[in-house]
Amino acid sequence: MGSSTIPIRAVTDRSPAFEYFSTKKDELVGWARKFSLFPYPFVTACCAMEFMAVSSSPYDTDRFGAALPRFSPRQSDLLMVVGTLTHKQAPILLKVYEQMCEPKWVMAFGACATSGGFYQNYAAVAGIDKIIPVDVYVPGCPPRPETVIDAIMQLQDRIARSHHPILTDRF
Amino acid sequence: MMAAPSLDQVRRLLDVAPDAITVSRGMFVLMLEPVDLLDAVRLLKSELQFDLFLDVTAVDWLERSPRFDVVYHFYSTAHFARARLKVLVPAPDPVVDSLTTLYGSAHFMERECHEMHGIGFRGNDDLRPLLLYEGFKGHPLRKDYPKQYEQPLVPYRER
Repeated sequence: MGSSTIPIRAVTDRSPAFEYFSTKKDELVGWARKFSLFPYPFVTACCAMEFMAVSSSPYDTDRFGAALPRFSPRQSDLLMVVGTLTHKQAPILLKVYEQMCEPKWVMAFGACATSGGFYQNYAAVAGIDKIIPVDVYVPGCPPRPETVIDAIMQLQDRIARSHHPILTDRF
Repeated sequence: MMAAPSLDQVRRLLDVAPDAITVSRGMFVLMLEPVDLLDAVRLLKSELQFDLFLDVTAVDWLERSPRFDVVYHFYSTAHFARARLKVLVPAPDPVVDSLTTLYGSAHFMERECHEMHGIGFRGNDDLRPLLLYEGFKGHPLRKDYPKQYEQPLVPYRER
């Protein structure tokens, strides 16, 4: 992430205080959104242990504004699918995803959510991207907390760089 | 605590052929005819206190005739002893007697064995799928079930 995407630039000719700043609307909204990720943990399997580790104080995803899990899909904007998805659970995941309001992002947390992992059988869905679109994949079985933090940062970069449909000519 | 039953004791009680009962790692292993199953289990439970029904599962020997082993495990909380019963059942319609009259826990275990291996249990009138979902066709732990055959409930996205 280069310095050009840092949206707020103070113009400090006469005093160190903000007098005005210039930015792009997309960058401003993206900057606000990327530090306000409310995850919905769709936790199905052993990766949950790693999710607990990454969201508690030693690794502290609160630094990225992504600490507070919302257990209602309506209040969240990052769907973290943590663990194996079975065919029996696939309708539930789809319903949760559809209930989330835009803007929303999806993280496939761990090998099973990414590709089915070592499950190649009648029960497991070989990757949640067969059911719902995925924004960021986290490898590992389970992933190291650093990997998850890296994924959150990649997602933040992506949010910061993207166009936000909320912005129209009149806003 | 009563003394653990000896091999001879079990053999005499169940009146089985000498080669139909062995001991493997301290556990009695009995090979039974399907017709003898219910009586043998009843005796094990009443006479030798095998009061805990641990598991029923099946082994699919695809090429063999009879094709299936139905395998039962029991534990005696009085003797700290274990027993394994194997019943051979043939393929087209594998059916054994249900143990639900002796052990209540057999209800769920037989349901699982039924959905996974397609073993019928005569006397268990509630063999609905337990872990599989509605509409699942076939028995996934049979050896002729294709290894990667999926039956998705949600249509896959086009990518």
